[in-house]
This record gives sequence, C-alpha cells and structure tokens, in this order.
Amino acid sequence: MSITVPKVRVPYLLLFPGFAFLFTFFILPIVNLAQTSTQTPIAGGDTGQYEQSFAFSNYIHAFLDNREQFARSFIYATLATVFALAIAYPLAYAIAFKSGKFKNILLVLVVAPFFTSFLLRTIAWKQILGEEGFLVPTLRNLHLLGQQTTITSTSVAVVAGMTYNFLPFMTLPLYASLERIDPRTIEASGDLYANGITTFRRVTVPLSMPGVVAGTLLTFIPAAGDYVNASILGSPNTKMIGNVIESRYFKIVDYPTAAALSFTLMAAILILVTLYIRKAGTEELV
Amino acid sequence: MSTKIKDATIPTIPFKARLSRWFGRNLLRIYMIFGFTYLFIPVAYTFAFSFNDSGKSNLIWKGFTLNNWQNPCGAPQICNALGNSIKIGFLATTFATILGTMIAFAIGRYQFKGRSSSNLLIFLPMATPEIVLGASLLSLFLVFKINPGFWPTVIAHVMFCISFVVVTVKARIASLDPRLEQAAMDLYANELETFRRVTLPLVAPGIAGAALLAFSLSFDDFIITNFNSGTLITFPKFVYVAAARGIPAQANVIGSSMFFLALAIVIAGQLVNRRKAR
Repeated sequence: MSITVPKVRVPYLLLFPGFAFLFTFFILPIVNLAQTSTQTPIAGGDTGQYEQSFAFSNYIHAFLDNREQFARSFIYATLATVFALAIAYPLAYAIAFKSGKFKNILLVLVVAPFFTSFLLRTIAWKQILGEEGFLVPTLRNLHLLGQQTTITSTSVAVVAGMTYNFLPFMTLPLYASLERIDPRTIEASGDLYANGITTFRRVTVPLSMPGVVAGTLLTFIPAAGDYVNASILGSPNTKMIGNVIESRYFKIVDYPTAAALSFTLMAAILILVTLYIRKAGTEELV
Repeated sequence: MSTKIKDATIPTIPFKARLSRWFGRNLLRIYMIFGFTYLFIPVAYTFAFSFNDSGKSNLIWKGFTLNNWQNPCGAPQICNALGNSIKIGFLATTFATILGTMIAFAIGRYQFKGRSSSNLLIFLPMATPEIVLGASLLSLFLVFKINPGFWPTVIAHVMFCISFVVVTVKARIASLDPRLEQAAMDLYANELETFRRVTLPLVAPGIAGAALLAFSLSFDDFIITNFNSGTLITFPKFVYVAAARGIPAQANVIGSSMFFLALAIVIAGQLVNRRKAR
C-alpha cells in the first residue's frame, strides 16, 4: 500500500493533534458523564448541586420512570429507518442505474434540501400538515380525513418528520454501494437465466448490503436520540427520550438523571448496533 | 375485407397491456419524480413563504412582497444569529478539516500499531447520539467552570465534524492510484515534493468536499449547539425559539439563500471537476 518507507513515528505524529482533541472533548466528557450519572443531591445544597455517591440506583429510577419514552424512541427510530430505507432504496437504485448523464445532478438534488436549515423544513411540514394549511381542510372536505382528526401532534407526524429529515443519510450510502456494483455481475446473472426479480434479489441486494448497513445506522442512531421532530411535530404524548434528557438538563437541572438517561441511551444504541453489524456480517464500516 | 388484413398484419396490443408495459418500463422514473417532489416540498414552501407579506408570524399567505428579501435583517436578532452561525461554521470547519485530514492520511496511508482502534475512535462519535455528545460536553465544561458560549460551541462542532472529515478524505485517499506517486518518485521527487505536487492536489477535491460537509453540519446543528452555547444565539436556535411564536419571513429568506448558495457552490465544483477531467 504505502509506497514510501516512512519513519515509524509519522502516523502517530499525524494522529496526535486530532486524537488529543477527541480524547479531551469526546472521551473525557463521556467518562465524566458516567461519573455524574451516579451522583446525588447535596443535603441542604442549592438546586443543581450534586456530590459523588456512586448511586447506581439512579439508573434504575431513570429507566423505570422513563421506560415509555425509551420504548417510544426505539419504536419511532426503527419505523423511521424502515420507511427511509423503503423510500431511499428505489431512489438510489434509479440514480445509480437509470439516470444516465443526469447522475451527478440528481445526486446533488438529493443532498440539496439538506442545505435549507432542517428546522425550517420541519416547521414547513408542520405548517403544510397543520390546521391552517390547505391540505387538512381539503382532505376533510373530501371526507378522506375525519372532521376531528389532525395530522400534526400525532406519532404519525413525528415518524414522518424523522423519515424525511434523515433521508439523505440513507440515500447517499445506498447510492455509493449500488454505484460500485460491477454491471458485469448483473449481466452474468441474466446470462445464467435469472429473471429481473431473481437478479435483483440474489445479486443486487446482497452486493448493496454495506450501503444498507451504513444507511440504516446513519438514520437509526440520530433518530433514536432526536427530540426536535418530536417537539415540533408531536405532542406531550409523543415525547421521546431526547425530550426527557433535554428537559432534565435545562428545566429541572437534574444532571444525574439526565446523565444516567444519556448513558443508558448510548449503551442501548451501541449494543443494538453491535448486534446488527454482527448479524449483517459487515465489519468494514468506516 | 381490408380491415381484416390490417388486423392480421399488425396485431394491436390491448390498451391495458400497453399501459402496464409503459408503467413497467417507467416505474422507476415515476418513482424518482415522486421521491424528489417529496424531498423538495418543504424547500419550495420555505421559498414561497419568504415572499409572504406576513407581518410577524408567517403562517397564512397574506400577499406577495419583496420586502423580506430587501430587508433580511428586519427581524430582531436574526442577522446577529446568522453572523454567529457563520463565524462558528468557519472556525469549526477550519480546525476539523485540518485535524481530520491529518488523521485520514495517517489511517489511509500507513500501517501502524493501533490502526484498528484508531478507526474505532473515529467511528464512535458518529455512533453516539447528538444529545449525548452535547450533554456530556456541557457536563465537562460545567465541571471546569467554563461557561457555555461561543468557544465551547466551536469546540463542540470541531469534535463532531472531525469524524465526518476523516471518513470523506479517507475515501478519497483510498481511491488514489498509487502508481501516480510511484511515478513521481521515479522522477526523483523526494517524499515532500511528491506529497506537495502529486498527492495533495489529487486529494484536494476530497478535502474540499469534507470542508463543505463540515460547514453544513456545523451551520445546521441545533442539538449540540443548544447544550453548549448558553445565551449565544445561532441561526438554528433562532428558528427554534421563534417557532413557538411564529417564524418571521426573514428566516425563510436566509434559509432559501443558503440553499441556493450551497447549490451554486456544489455545481461550480462539479463544473471545475469536469473541466479538469477533460
């Protein structure tokens, strides 16, 4: 691979500044978070003052009090990931194989909505689907929607918003792995009398698995920790674990519980991701 | 008589079959049109409502005006927020691109002890939800009695952008033809010259792409920023806070401008690449 015969130290020198930075501002905070998560309030202290007491019961309380929000986060994130995959796969397939000379332009168009602030786009959805928008009254007049039924402030809106917002993260890795497929493998499958569907199922899909894995991870992970979609498009009944962590931090100043929740979320995601990568059988991720 | 002959020579395909064949052939194209419409609905909505003569809350269409575009700073605090976002974006992009590119060269170019754990360290921040990154960093700042604000936000952005830079630049390094560098060495260029005159120019588009990605991630970030910025207002924070009362149309102007600006940069980049390829 490397054509030069470098001094052994060169890679370490290159790594040092970046890794020192990541160590200080990523690893150290996580360690500190673990520490915070077992603290308890100082007796007679002000709100927001805590002392180290290795109270692992914080975890039990944090989890039991918020198991509904935990469950909701993982269900919503899973649904959003599945929908995003269903929408993005044909899109990426069409761009990779059927777009000819427009390939680059179409690829730019997939990423382009990303450049309008995602908050603005989410709020745009809220207004389009909201009571004052034109869609809901029209659907009601056509009796496709009950007079009392709303779209916003429901779990449907939250999942739809998440699906929309993470779509580019799904489409790009899918496209990258589909585009890399050697067209000769697909031709070969046809030569061996496989029809289009069999070729797609037995050749194209297995070859695009690295993209599927990368795309689902890049969608699922941020979706599970998201609270912006739930707070803009949802209601108190659609609160996710992110909403709880956020309010524990800022409104209640309950750092230990927020830390315990964050840590539980991170651990749950890491376990799921590890199992998923094992199952999907792709070790080469980054 | 004559009609019968016609029927015999040109078999007419029933309309239904023709329709289904046409659909079969164009299904993916139709799908693409729907897909892109879905992607662009909120963008178009945001753009359209940037022309709304709305007053304070931009909820209902009240009439066409160019006032918002002529006076994008009209809403209180909005240009202050935009300025902060741009400053933070530039600083975070610069640091993250430099640090990330160095790591990408180390991992992409050298075999060394600890290479796979280095890969893991790069992967981990991407596998951690933003809210955990933001909350944990804030806890650290609080422990060291550092008040959240401008520099803590820059640090936070550099931290989460580095991994994306590494992955993007590494992909470009991996796609390089090693023979080009060998050729340079054969022509008596030393290591440094080879790097400066051959390797770096070849990797440059990857670095530029990574920088653009880092800037857009930083500019659009809300969750991590919300934790570490304290009272500092950035553009996404402005939008989030304003959303409760109704967003001023000026926010739509800025959002749309960013969209067109980014599109112009990407298209210009593509054109430059194409000219180079010729």
